[in-house]
Amino acid sequence: MKENGEIRIGFYICHCGVNIASVIDVERIAAYAATLPGVVVSRHYKYMCSDPGQELLGSDIREHKLNRIVVAACSPLLHEHTFRKATENAGLNPYFMHMVNIREHGSWVHEDKELATGKAQDMIRAAIRRVRFHEPLEKKRVPVLQDVLVIGGGIAGIHASLTLANAGKHVILVEREPTIGGHMAQFDKTFPTLDCAACILTPKMTSVKDHPNITLWSYSEVVKIDGSVGNYTVTVKRKPRYVNEELCVGCMECIEACIYKEGKWPDEFNVGLSKRKPIYIPFPQAVPPVPVIDPEHCVHVKTGKCRDTCVAICGDRNAIDFTQKETLTDIKVGAIVVATGFDIFDATQIPYYGYGKYRNVYTALEAERLINASGPTGGELLLPDGHKPESIAIVHCVGSRDVHYNRWCSRVCCMYSLKLAHLIKERTGAEIYNFYIDMRAPGKSMEEFYNRVSEEGVHLIRGRVADITPQALPEGSDQGGYLGKLVVQAEDTLIGRVRKIPVDMVILAVGLVPQKDAEEVRRMLNISCSTGGFFLERHPKLAPVNTFTDGIFLAGACQGPKDIPDSVAQAGAAAAEALALIDAGSVEIEPNTAYIIEEDCSGCKSCIPLCPYTAISFDEAKKKAVINEALCKGCGTCVAACPSGSIRQHLFEDEEIFSEIDGLLTYA
Amino acid sequence: MEHTNPTDAAPWRPRIVAFFCNWCTYTAADLAGVSRMKYAPNTRIIRVMCSGRVDPQFILEAFARGADGVLVGGCHPGDCHYVEGNYKMLRRYHLLQRILSDMGIEKERFRLEWISASEGDKVKSVINDMVEKLTGLGPLALPDQRAEWDREMDILEEKMSVAETAEKEGTHA
Repeated sequence: MKENGEIRIGFYICHCGVNIASVIDVERIAAYAATLPGVVVSRHYKYMCSDPGQELLGSDIREHKLNRIVVAACSPLLHEHTFRKATENAGLNPYFMHMVNIREHGSWVHEDKELATGKAQDMIRAAIRRVRFHEPLEKKRVPVLQDVLVIGGGIAGIHASLTLANAGKHVILVEREPTIGGHMAQFDKTFPTLDCAACILTPKMTSVKDHPNITLWSYSEVVKIDGSVGNYTVTVKRKPRYVNEELCVGCMECIEACIYKEGKWPDEFNVGLSKRKPIYIPFPQAVPPVPVIDPEHCVHVKTGKCRDTCVAICGDRNAIDFTQKETLTDIKVGAIVVATGFDIFDATQIPYYGYGKYRNVYTALEAERLINASGPTGGELLLPDGHKPESIAIVHCVGSRDVHYNRWCSRVCCMYSLKLAHLIKERTGAEIYNFYIDMRAPGKSMEEFYNRVSEEGVHLIRGRVADITPQALPEGSDQGGYLGKLVVQAEDTLIGRVRKIPVDMVILAVGLVPQKDAEEVRRMLNISCSTGGFFLERHPKLAPVNTFTDGIFLAGACQGPKDIPDSVAQAGAAAAEALALIDAGSVEIEPNTAYIIEEDCSGCKSCIPLCPYTAISFDEAKKKAVINEALCKGCGTCVAACPSGSIRQHLFEDEEIFSEIDGLLTYA
Repeated sequence: MEHTNPTDAAPWRPRIVAFFCNWCTYTAADLAGVSRMKYAPNTRIIRVMCSGRVDPQFILEAFARGADGVLVGGCHPGDCHYVEGNYKMLRRYHLLQRILSDMGIEKERFRLEWISASEGDKVKSVINDMVEKLTGLGPLALPDQRAEWDREMDILEEKMSVAETAEKEGTHA
């Protein structure tokens, strides 16, 4: 490749207020750049990204007939777009602009001003050499499919689906469980307003069911995703429910009629606190309101020898269908909203809290079910021995803010613990002791709620619980199955004394953790995750619902612990982003694709198996490789591997990278 | 001379050329910046879309031009934005290490690291560790070495031509 015509480079170094200028000597670098070959204009400016900064660049292009631009400022991942646009607005091809990252990779990570300036100087010299080889490029536009996939039917997925559907887009909502609703459906009341969770959630669930623009696939899982922004092909596994959703009217008589008269297996919705039959509905307001048959335990599915009382009672409706098979269905969508939610921390990991060992130690989610009117005890808080607890300890930060388990604050536990304290006190009059490390009540009406609960006479003890042990019962005493008391020990750090409080029941405020299969889901989606395992947003502040994969958006607690209002807000944002993408009808694709210099290709076929997108084929007549630029994603693997150097990559040409290497290492 | 430090008074510091993939390691280096983590200023980062784009020639060129070390950063295995470009880099890494060792270049001078977008602290620790190891190894100074080799070759050639001339003259006599 040759440098084309006379090279006239404009160089701009940004102070970024003091972010860059306080460490890197921008004036010295501007003066240095002016001495480099080809540089016509060299300037330093307070804020290059500001309107006057961009205008400066534009007027210089026009006035000095610049044909190459180098901007030394922040990361190109942040402002490359801005400066390309400014370049384009001034009538120059945007790909003649190159950015040097002297902030994230310079002033922010180095303290020694002299060395940081030296490094910046090397980097800009490399860029000024590189940019000579730049060529004008055109962005391609590809059409965007109009359907959207939403993965996960919790409150975030529901809200995102409804928002998109209301905007007239067709949504396919895929939920793994037999019903949508997610964790929110399991809660009793929601903090801080104490709205009944079911009362505010179930109307939205019904709207999903009734919405003409939403296709709800419950009891289904996404197993494969191919394609890219605007054009994803998604394979969905639909598990057999053995009840035809079209024919079932939701009368639930089949459940009554099952040959098992009583439930026998742990009920997932009640977190194992009650038993269900092989044919069941997770909860009365489930959507779709269709029973599901558990193939592990249904006698018909297992042996084929059942009296089929369910089939008989269903009669002419013929909704029970044992011939259903697992199916794989491919759908095509333009965008994907990921709302796969969270899991709760496994409290058995902390042995000294006795969860799984003492029967009167519960997780907060179990407590939610125990006080819920549709729960296993009909809303009456009872211990396994049948007693009503008179004193209850609520232990905050279980599995959160703990270097041994998870470092993060799970954000919702303080408030849901206060909510549980309030609800239980209101219903049972029991003495409640909340053991907390710090009471975290940010957000609208949260502090007020905390004040209210503390005024209600709930004991708030500032101290991390160190131990939970059973209190010894008098020897030989017949307790009639009575479980006895548990002694909760903690140092009350406000009075500086260790306190041991005997209670009838302990509730562990377990933290939020990523879903168990978050890692597989992440890989399938080709998105990144944060250190803790939650999905990573593109930018923590400026792109909180985007991912590094275009067309895939995040909503709810899969991105990090958050409460219902935040999940809903984020779901709305994710829906809006997806809408902005698909409503535009087409999307611009970066032109950094690979291409072949045909006369140099020896036809060795080395490149063909390297391409993960099968973008390279072989022209048998010409004996040359052919790249389909529409399929090429621009990784450049084939470029690096081509033995004859006949494959090249726009924006990452060999000459460009070699000149960058040479520029970095040469002291001119 | 072109390849020495700008001022003779400045102490020698290892120079590292790094090739970071856009999606994981470059982003991690941005994160290290946003988090204001401080690390050694010896590395100059070249952005590529994928570690699979890193041509072995880039690495050889960097050494030939005076780099004391070359660092390639890509996504963790299984995490590549382009499915498997990082595996291609891994293969090249093993082959290149053999070539480099034949050339007498220590294996610590060429490093391949998997650093995900959230591992800003790993960018810091890898760069600091590499700078420490290279400081221990001392300069590679391949350009100087090459100049030295060229000189040796010149001397050798001169000796040969002298010998040839002498031989020719001998036969004539």
